[in-house]
Amino acid sequence: MAPFFRHIGKSTPREDALEIVTGEATFIDDLRLPGLLHGKVLRSSHAHAVLQDVDIQRAQALEGVHAVLTHRDVPAWKAGTPPHARVLDSKVRFVGDAVALVAAETEEIAEEALDLIHVEYEPLEAVLDVEDALKPDAPQLYDAFPGNEIPPGFPAYGPDCLSHLRMGDTARGFSDADVVCEGTYGYDGPFNPLPIEPPGVIAHWETPGRLVVWSATQSASWHRFVLLPAMGFPDIRSIATHCGGSFGSKNYAPLPCFYAAALARVTKRPVRVSYSKAEQLGAFVMRPGSRLQGKIGLKKDGTVTAFSGEWLVDTGAFSDMAQAQIGVGLGEAQLLLRCENWDLRSRLVCTNHTAAGVVRGFGGQELESALMPLIMDALIQADLDPVSFFKKNFVKPGQGYFWREGKWWVSRGADFTPVLDRGAEAFGWAQKWKGWLTPTEVCGTRRRGVGVMVHGNADVGEDVSEAYVRLNPDGTAVVHVCVSESGMGQRSSLSKMAAEVLQLPLDRVRMAPPDTLVNPFEFGLVGSRGTYTVGSAVIRAAEDAREKLLQAAATRLDAEPDTLTTEDGKVFPKNRTEKKLSWSRILGITGTVTGMGRFEHDFTLANFLALFVEVEVDTETGKVDVARVLAATDVGQIIDPARLHGQLYGCFGSAGLDTAIFEESILDREKGYMLNPNMVDYKWRTFPEMPPMENLILETPMASHRFKAVGVGEISTSPGPGAVLMAVSNALGTRMQAYPITPDRVLRAAQKSRKSR
Amino acid sequence: MADAKGRIELTVNGKRYDLGIGTGIHDVAPSHTLAHTLRETLGLTGTKIGCDQGACGACTVLMDGVPVLSCMTLTLACRGRYITTIEGLRDPDSGDLHPLQAAFVDKTAFQCGFCTPGILLSSKALLEAVPDPSEKDVAQALSGHHCRCISHYQVVEAVLEAAKHRKG
Repeated sequence: MAPFFRHIGKSTPREDALEIVTGEATFIDDLRLPGLLHGKVLRSSHAHAVLQDVDIQRAQALEGVHAVLTHRDVPAWKAGTPPHARVLDSKVRFVGDAVALVAAETEEIAEEALDLIHVEYEPLEAVLDVEDALKPDAPQLYDAFPGNEIPPGFPAYGPDCLSHLRMGDTARGFSDADVVCEGTYGYDGPFNPLPIEPPGVIAHWETPGRLVVWSATQSASWHRFVLLPAMGFPDIRSIATHCGGSFGSKNYAPLPCFYAAALARVTKRPVRVSYSKAEQLGAFVMRPGSRLQGKIGLKKDGTVTAFSGEWLVDTGAFSDMAQAQIGVGLGEAQLLLRCENWDLRSRLVCTNHTAAGVVRGFGGQELESALMPLIMDALIQADLDPVSFFKKNFVKPGQGYFWREGKWWVSRGADFTPVLDRGAEAFGWAQKWKGWLTPTEVCGTRRRGVGVMVHGNADVGEDVSEAYVRLNPDGTAVVHVCVSESGMGQRSSLSKMAAEVLQLPLDRVRMAPPDTLVNPFEFGLVGSRGTYTVGSAVIRAAEDAREKLLQAAATRLDAEPDTLTTEDGKVFPKNRTEKKLSWSRILGITGTVTGMGRFEHDFTLANFLALFVEVEVDTETGKVDVARVLAATDVGQIIDPARLHGQLYGCFGSAGLDTAIFEESILDREKGYMLNPNMVDYKWRTFPEMPPMENLILETPMASHRFKAVGVGEISTSPGPGAVLMAVSNALGTRMQAYPITPDRVLRAAQKSRKSR
Repeated sequence: MADAKGRIELTVNGKRYDLGIGTGIHDVAPSHTLAHTLRETLGLTGTKIGCDQGACGACTVLMDGVPVLSCMTLTLACRGRYITTIEGLRDPDSGDLHPLQAAFVDKTAFQCGFCTPGILLSSKALLEAVPDPSEKDVAQALSGHHCRCISHYQVVEAVLEAAKHRKG
C-alpha cells in the first residue's frame, strides 16, 4: 500500500508561482543596484590569432566610459581544468573570444566604446575538427597542451578520475562474440542548450578583499567555491537571482564573472555583464563534441562480450568541466551496457571554436548518442529487438560499475525491467516494431518508424549537501539550503519535504534566499541530485530540529520524547491529542531551535529513463516529424507530479531530442564563424509542433531517504537523439549514422535505400 | 531634458505617461524600444527580453489589445497607444489574479518562468478574441513563444482551463 502523505506526491503551487505569473520574480537583468555600470566584451573576428595591438585610447576618451581593459591590465585569474583560461589573453582562440572589456554608464555607451577599439590581429591557422587537431602538424592552441590534448582527470573527483575504462580482457571478449561491429560515429553539432534568458552576472567589491556576485545560476555556491582558488581567495559572497533556464550552461559562468569582477575592481562600482543572444549562441558554452571510434562484440542472445575504442571529446577553445563529463559518461556507458570486458579510452581535445561547457546529459548524452549507430549495427546483425537488448543489459541491483571517481560501486537501486515492459506496452511496441530497418507503416512518400533508447545516471546521490532547518516559536520553519530556482521547482519540493517531516502547512515553511552568506554548503542542482542528495540534507535537518523540539517539550509535558509528536506548530503526546503545547510555549517567544543535516555522496543508486519515439519521414521533402513520444521512468516516489512531468517534457528542450533532427550551430569549417548565431536560424520547436507526449511514471520505493525518491531531470534529454536516429533508420529502411538528420541527409538516404531495394 | 525635442504620451496598464523625447535618463530616445522604455524608464521589469531580435516572444506586451514584440517596437511608434504588460494583468480594482494567472499557478504551467509573462499576454489576447479556443487555437496563438524548459503541454492545459473558468 502506498504510504499516506500530507504533501508529498501532490501537485502544489510553487512557492514562487505568484511572482512568476505577475512578473515580480527578479531575474538578473531586473536587479537595480545604485551606481551600476554596464560591462561589454569586444570579441574576436578571427578563429585563431595573436593580438599585435589593441588600441583603446579613443574608447577610453568616450564620455560615460569608466574602464577599458585589455590583456595587459587584467588580474591574473585563471579558469578551466587545469587552470588555463585567462580573463583576457594575448591570443584569441575562437571567433567570439574576448579581446577587451569596457564598463560604461549605459549599455549603449559601452557598445559604442567597443567600436572605438582598434585591434591588429596576426592571424594563425585554425583547427576546427577534433581529428585534425590531433594531427602532428596541427595548429596549437595552448603551449601548456601540446598536441591540443588536455590532460585527463578532474581534481574534485580524486586521483583515479575515470578517463580510461578498462576491465577484463577485450581480446577474449571479441573472440567469444557472434557479432563484431566497428566504426566511427559522431554527435558533435555543436549543439546549444540555449536557455531563453542569456547569461548575466553582476559583481561588486564591497572592500578590496570582499566580492559579491549576483548571477543567474543553477547552483549558487559555484561562484564562491570554484572561483575562490581561481581568484586568489578573496571572500566571495554568491547570490542567485531567479534563473531563466540553465540546463547546465548557467550552472556557473567563470569568464563572465571574471569580466564583471575585473571591471568592478578598477571602477569601484558594481558592474553587470549580460550577454546578448548572439554572445550566448556564439561565445558562451555548447555541448561537448563527441566522436567515438568504437568496436562492440555481441552474442546472439544479446550479451555484450567486449567494447573497445577511443572517445574523442571536443571541448572547443576552453575546457572547464569536460574531464568530469568524461568520467560520468564512461560511468553511464556501463549502466547502459553490461559487459565484462572494456577498453574505452577518452581523449580531451581543444579546437578553435566556442568552448564546451556543462549541458544537461553531462557526458552521457554525448557518448551514448555517438554509441547508438554502433549498437544499432550490432543489433541489426544479431537480429535482436532493442527493447529486449536494453532490458537485458541495463544495470541490475547487485551489479557493479566504475563511477566517475574510479571506484567500483554495486547498485542497490531498482530493477528497471518493469519500466521497459510497461513502457513498451503503453507505446504499443510489439505492434509497431516490424523488425530492423522495416517501417511501421508506409503511406505514399510518408514512412513511419519507431525507436527506443534508455539512459541512466548514478549521480543522483553525488557530492555534498548541507542544510539547516530553523523552527520559530510562531509555528513556522525556515529551510537554509543554498538552492536557486532555474525551473525545476526544487526549492518548493525541498520546502515540501521539510513541511512533511514537520507536519506543517506548506505556507508555514520558508526557504532562505539562495545566498552563500546565509546558507551552509550546497553543491547545487546538477545530476538530478536535488531530490535524493539535497533532499536528504533537508530531511535530516528537519528531523534533527524536530527531535530537539520534542526533547525540549518532553520536560514540559513530563513525557519521553519518542511518545510525543508535532503537527501544525503544536506538540502533543501521540495518544493524547487534546493536550497540545504550541511551539512558543516550548521555545519561548524569543527562542528558536535549529537542526542540521548533511549528506555525502552515494553512487549506488541510479535513475532511469526509456524514451519510445515514433517518427514520420517524408521521402519527398526529407522532413522528419516526431509523431509521438513516450517517456517511461521509475522515480521511487513522486514529490510533485506537475514538476516531474515538466522535467520529462524537457526532453524536447536544451539540445535534447531535436539535436537528432534540426538543432545545430552551423560552423563555417574554414573560418570558424558560426553561421546561425540567432534564434531565427538556430532552429527550435514551436507550440504547434509539439507532438503528443505521454509520461509513464512508476513508483517503486528506492533506498534513498524517507520518501524513497530519486530525481530524473538531468537525463530527460539524453535518450532522445539515439531513439530518433533508430526510428528514422527503421522508417527509411536504411541506417542513419549522423546527427542531425536534416532533409538533405534524409533525401540522400532515401535515394540510397531505393537503389538497394 | 536639455535637448528634449517634444513629448510622447502613452498609457501603460491604465496609467497615462507623458514622457520627454531626448537623451535624459527619464526621456525616451528615438532609438528606444518599447521593451527598453517599459523596463528602464518606467521600471516595469516584468516584461522580459530573451533575444532582443524579435524571435523568442518573451517581450510580448499588448498594444491596444494586440500582442506585439516590445523589443521590435520603437517607443515613439506608441504615441497615444494603450499598452498592457504583465504588471497590468491582475484585476485593477480587486487585485485578483486574472483567470489565466490563476490557472498557470494551479497547473504549474511554467518552469523557469522567463517566458511566462509574454505567454500570458498572448493568451489573454487569444481569450479576448476566441473565448472558447481549441487546443490547436492555443498552440497557434502561442507559436511565437520560445520555451526551452518545455512548459508547452502544461501551458496549453492552463489556457484551456482559464477559458473554461471564464465561461464558467
